[in-house]
Amino acid sequence: MALSPQDILHIARLARIRVTEAEAETARGQLNSIFGLIEQMQAVDTKGVEPMSHALDVAQRLREDRVTEPDRRDKFQAVAPAVENGLYLVPKVIE
Amino acid sequence: MIDSSLKQLAAALAAKQISSTELAALFLDRIEALNPRLNAFITVDRERTLAEARQADARLAAGETGALLGVPVAHKDIFCADGWRTTCGSKMLGNFVAPYDATVIAKFKAAGTVSLGKTNMDEFAMGSSNETSFFGAVKNPWSDAAVPGGSSGGSAAAVAARLAPAATGTDTGGSIRQPASLCGISGLKPTYGVCSRYGMIAFASSLDQAGPMAPSAEDCALLLNAMAGFDERDSTSLPREPEDYSRDLDQPLAGLRIGLPKEFFAAGLSAEVAQAVEAAIAEYQKLGAQTVEVSLPNMGLSVPVYYVLAPAEASSNLSRFDGVRYGHRASDYKDLLDMYEKSRAEGFGAEVKRRIMIGTYVLSHGYYDAYYLQAQKIRRLIAADFAAAFKQCDVILGPTAPTPAFNFGEKAADPVAMYLSDIYTIAVNLAGLPGMSIPCGFSGNGRPIGLQLIGDLFAEAKLLNVAHQYQLVTDWHRRLPPLGEASGARR
Repeated sequence: MALSPQDILHIARLARIRVTEAEAETARGQLNSIFGLIEQMQAVDTKGVEPMSHALDVAQRLREDRVTEPDRRDKFQAVAPAVENGLYLVPKVIE
Repeated sequence: MIDSSLKQLAAALAAKQISSTELAALFLDRIEALNPRLNAFITVDRERTLAEARQADARLAAGETGALLGVPVAHKDIFCADGWRTTCGSKMLGNFVAPYDATVIAKFKAAGTVSLGKTNMDEFAMGSSNETSFFGAVKNPWSDAAVPGGSSGGSAAAVAARLAPAATGTDTGGSIRQPASLCGISGLKPTYGVCSRYGMIAFASSLDQAGPMAPSAEDCALLLNAMAGFDERDSTSLPREPEDYSRDLDQPLAGLRIGLPKEFFAAGLSAEVAQAVEAAIAEYQKLGAQTVEVSLPNMGLSVPVYYVLAPAEASSNLSRFDGVRYGHRASDYKDLLDMYEKSRAEGFGAEVKRRIMIGTYVLSHGYYDAYYLQAQKIRRLIAADFAAAFKQCDVILGPTAPTPAFNFGEKAADPVAMYLSDIYTIAVNLAGLPGMSIPCGFSGNGRPIGLQLIGDLFAEAKLLNVAHQYQLVTDWHRRLPPLGEASGARR
């Protein structure tokens, strides 16, 4: 497998990262060598092996559905790039 | 005083031989003198530190006691600490002042430690040399030309140079153990789930684990006592009875079965590291331990598996950095998508982008089974290898890293070469096991070599015992780097 320049631009788009053509070309070489390493996995017979999604086989803990956190909106919004009247500001998304 | 153990510092504080404020000032002065050279700290805030020290002094004056009360500790800049700038080594969070405390930070505060500041690290903990930090690389205190390891390189260098008596780190694929090895200190990655991940900026959530870094195993045990514990706010935190991790430090090692995985001593291991590890094995035999050869046949696959799973989880975790709620936002954009793409392009460094792209690809439509699922299956095989090995031995021993510290620039242009420097540590994270690195010698050019000890699930107290007994009969962990005087002058 080798990633094409179009593949790189598609991945960057999915990842929401703007790349220049020069950056995409550098990334292509590096990603291809990393996938060269990753491809070693394909030779392993894993038929019947249960995927291990987590370090420990424990069930997801549930808690009661009740309010546990206080309102800290002002403090949390103090680190936001743009807010107004308690709302986060973003460019217009609906015309 | 700067070379005292945590136990000695706590005793001096309790006996009023020194105040917490005086102790903090001593280390702050040392940071001021040496940090311009080492770059181990991203943020130092003298007033905030001294205010914390005064609070500790008030608690001491009120008669409170505690194993770490009044002791200064540095924190990796991955832990959110209320009021402290918390950057995770990234431009993305260059101006982020955390609005709350990570659980680990809150626990240290409850124990009465004083924060000396936030230590430098590879960006978002992605790196093995500290060269990916937006704030510039940390220098290894043993050589200006050498990397300190990563990603907890700032914490390792700070402790090695005694800019702090101890520090926190995090370990996703070796980020506590590898820098501990390269800088000549002790570092422990606990079993997954022992320390809370709440407020610890996420990299790969199924692997990330916080742990202590300090000169000795005894120090690490005291730090882990403060850090560990169940936390409602971390869904993978384990509800377990609290443990005293120092309880077994003094147990003799007679009869201990040490497993030596043959894959750890194969091609790729430098002769100097092999020699130092062999010498440590001989030391353990003198202490009454027996060695047994074990095998971890799938260990060689741990690096490929890790570079599917960790980037996949990272690509998901780092999608939160969108320039909306916190972090960097591009100054100029035409619509929402443009804002996301430019903010992320500007805010993330090259290695972080690389890993996000790998993760995005392996999770994308049509590739999931070939990469992510296959990696999860091999992860099961790797964990099973360890389980089989622990039927034959009590601890597993080997090198932490294949070489002593390498030079800046040596691997920076070749991601695969860099990734392979974690060949002995990554499998431990995949299996969720506790692992530790302790100093066991030096290379011919004076760079530290680390010994790795791996335990079965929840065997932290055993690992600390095995490490401590070695440190009682060796002095590698007491050696100090040749930094000249505290003036910071070069030797």
